[in-house]
Amino acid sequence: MARYILNRLVISLITAWVLVTIVFFLVRLLPGDPFLSEKVTPEIKQNMIKYYGFDKPLHIQYIRYISNLLKGDLGYSLRYKNRTVNEVIKQAFPYSADLGIRAVIFATIVGITLGIIAALNRNKPLDYLSMFIAIVGISVPGFVIGPLLQYIFAIKLKLLPVAQWKGFAYTIMPTFALSLGSIALIARLMRASMLDVVNQDYIKTAKSKGLSPTQIVWKHQIRNAILPVITVLGPVTATLLTGTFVIEQIFAIPGLGKFYILGIQNLDYSMVLGMTVFYGLFLIAANFIVDIIYGIIDPRIRIGGK
Amino acid sequence: MEKLLEVKDLEVSFKTYAGEIKAVRGVSFDINKGEIVAIVGESGCGKSVTAQSIMRLIPMPPGIIKKGSIIFEGRDITKLSEREMEHIRGSEMSMVFQDPMTSLNPTMKVGAQIAESLIKHQKMHSKEAWKKAIEMLKMVGIPNAEKRANQYPHEFSGGMRQRAMIAIALACNPKLLIADEPTTALDVTIQAQILDLMRDLQKKLNTAIIIITHNLGVVANLAERVLVMYAGKIIERGNLDDIFYNPRHPYTWGLLMSVPTPDLDKSKKLASIEGTPPDLFAPPVGCPFAPRCEYAMKICYEKYPEEFTVSDGHSVACWLMHPLAPKVKPPVGKGVTLS
Repeated sequence: MARYILNRLVISLITAWVLVTIVFFLVRLLPGDPFLSEKVTPEIKQNMIKYYGFDKPLHIQYIRYISNLLKGDLGYSLRYKNRTVNEVIKQAFPYSADLGIRAVIFATIVGITLGIIAALNRNKPLDYLSMFIAIVGISVPGFVIGPLLQYIFAIKLKLLPVAQWKGFAYTIMPTFALSLGSIALIARLMRASMLDVVNQDYIKTAKSKGLSPTQIVWKHQIRNAILPVITVLGPVTATLLTGTFVIEQIFAIPGLGKFYILGIQNLDYSMVLGMTVFYGLFLIAANFIVDIIYGIIDPRIRIGGK
Repeated sequence: MEKLLEVKDLEVSFKTYAGEIKAVRGVSFDINKGEIVAIVGESGCGKSVTAQSIMRLIPMPPGIIKKGSIIFEGRDITKLSEREMEHIRGSEMSMVFQDPMTSLNPTMKVGAQIAESLIKHQKMHSKEAWKKAIEMLKMVGIPNAEKRANQYPHEFSGGMRQRAMIAIALACNPKLLIADEPTTALDVTIQAQILDLMRDLQKKLNTAIIIITHNLGVVANLAERVLVMYAGKIIERGNLDDIFYNPRHPYTWGLLMSVPTPDLDKSKKLASIEGTPPDLFAPPVGCPFAPRCEYAMKICYEKYPEEFTVSDGHSVACWLMHPLAPKVKPPVGKGVTLS
């Protein structure tokens, strides 16, 4: 197991390095420069370019960026004067993370449950209902669900606050709106996986032992069916943590999304790079954790890592 | 001899979109206590469906038991509720499947998979069941049973997995063990070991065994009585010597001739039965083997033959046995050697 983890860790680090490198050079390929919108004279602009080191050859900048990155320094924002990217992340990320984690947990529990219910009631009304919810969840984007929820539950029924982030009641609608797509994805995957496992020989063996249908489902079917679902939890986590921008806007949550989008619009190199690296590392870490969980649940994977 | 199982006129079908597949079409046979009976036939002849019907493991739908009864120790299996079946499965009758690579749950320790039925049927506590599971692993000849019980199926070889499957099946000491092609997925030396093991355990525990196979070598090794199935019907039955030394059905002859022998003339092609089995969506009214049978007569296509008795316990469904039929000298029989 230790070897398996080490193996995963090395692969994760390589992935992170590739990611940073590619994004670093890609951002520079965008036309324009970070100071286009500033109304300054060419001399001042020249000074600023020099100040931030953009006059140096690209590979020197790259080496400098990497060495700063290794120290955990993501650099100054070019847009928000005197604020480092680290500060921005530190201030805004907790909100995004809070929302994202709630959404991940909610999506996983509800998605797996829906999938199991659907599979156990295959081609019956409950199956159709679950899959209808899933199709709706996949088809309807967050910016439709969000306002719809606000209209129904906040304005009409007055059950929940419309927006902002001040306590549990404030989290319900954004969490739901954010996780709907992932619920749908997980539910469909879990259903397909359950139906695949039910045809496996070992389920027949379990039945031939005289186990009841409930025992077969709980002890033999779900554990095997959950494996493919765990694989997508990594990407799902990343999507939910990073895909919060629209939802954050709709519900006025002071998260990271806003800074990311503005950073791209303003060609705020260090902000875009910093955010991408941050999210990228997050995604890699999520996948790393999933790999390890996978190894715990499926003993065959552990051996494969040797 | 005391009867353990009595299958009477069993008909099993599968409803599919293309129509109804009549997989088993009126099969009757008895199994005595502690007896080993082989059901032989080629793929798709209904032997596995017959076996799984006895355990009620046929997925329903699409499968249905259309007719007939399966009397196990006085109870008609076809009429029991699912809950009553659960008490019989694994405790009074159990099954070993063809492919040991896929028949064990990959995410569960082997010991736990054996202990499971003990906990269910004998109401053992998990510690006690685990001890018994280790005992079972020892009994089926797995060394280091304590360590092995803690391992997962992928850490077992194919032969060991089949041993583990047998341990699972025999854990509760059932009266009937159905082995559905238990050696097909194994290589030859392991096959022999598994057959030896089954024979030993049968002697020790006095379990009746139904062994389903298409391998006549396996039959010769293990069985006391043989049922030959073709297209959902039993076309010949008898004890081991009847089938190997005095076979009467042309299909049985074909099967026996297809067995390769060590002193085979290597320049010649292996013998085979030409043609394919009939379409079970619309099985023929006459003898289903007639189109492939070189001795077929007019009546063979028109009417299914009754079972003619050859000797006590040996009977055959073939018109050649009719007093008016031409006398045919069997191409096989005495002197057939088996590998």
